[in-house]
Amino acid sequence: MRLIINGESREVGAGTLAALLAELDYEGGWLATALNGEVVPARERETCRIADGDRIEILSPMKGG
Amino acid sequence: MLELYGQKFSSRLLLGTALYPSPAIMADAVEAARNEIVTVSLRREAAGGRTGGKFWSLIQSLGVRVLPNTAGCHSVKEAVTTAQMAREVFATNWIKLEVIGNHDTLQPDVFGLVEAAGILSGDGFEVFPYTTDDLVVAERLLEAGCKLLMPWCAPIGSARGPQNVDALRSLRGHFPDVPLIVDAGIGRPSHAAAVMELGYDAVLLNTAVAKAGDPIAMAGAFAKAIEAGREAFLAGPLEPRDMAVPSTPVIGMAAFS
Repeated sequence: MRLIINGESREVGAGTLAALLAELDYEGGWLATALNGEVVPARERETCRIADGDRIEILSPMKGG
Repeated sequence: MLELYGQKFSSRLLLGTALYPSPAIMADAVEAARNEIVTVSLRREAAGGRTGGKFWSLIQSLGVRVLPNTAGCHSVKEAVTTAQMAREVFATNWIKLEVIGNHDTLQPDVFGLVEAAGILSGDGFEVFPYTTDDLVVAERLLEAGCKLLMPWCAPIGSARGPQNVDALRSLRGHFPDVPLIVDAGIGRPSHAAAVMELGYDAVLLNTAVAKAGDPIAMAGAFAKAIEAGREAFLAGPLEPRDMAVPSTPVIGMAAFS
């Protein structure tokens, strides 16, 4: 299925948000995720189902002012 | 001591972590300023990327408290969602709330800011609102649940220093018990000292240190200026006078004519 991940269209096989992070080689406890504009806490990623066309944001700490 | 949402700090300088020549120089600048609070943000991480993890490890090694921001957000929804994601990652209820209203001036959208501040305060956040020096907006932010205010003194990164001293003075006068932090527009240590002399509680800056010729030395210079400004405020600065007033006694002068 096709997802919009961090603004870019991408073909993936994973069915949950946790599986998606593994498939795309994301790691670390510092990641923040959102599905279609709503925050998905780390503890809910295993059960968070994703579907064709979903918009997913994967953020991490960055310098800021 | 500076007290922000019940936490006490010796340093009255809040420092941004962006725009430095290198992460190592940023870390040394934080140390040189004896800095206790730094601002951080959240950005998209590329697949397989590890940059966020490296940055976060460095920040954690500094032993400072982090104040995540919602920089770049232009809507209430963006700012609220970013704040919620920041709370998850940085494990803090603190949020520097920015809702930007204008691309050129990076002026806060004060209407969106008040709305977002209300939502986040209701959701348990301790909001640090980046606002203008408008008195009525300040009142609305306090009503929305903010326990401190962060007015700009000039546009972000402009280095112009205080543009409207009367407005800053008015905020200080109206809210004697609310922590007031000047956020944005400071260019030089003398600007920071000037707002501290007005009775401001702290200064938040980034570009003025990060883009200085020697960021580490400049961080130290700002720390001294902020401390001096604070001490001067507590000591009660003299008000300006129109006419000269001699400092040497005039009584007892010798007469030679």
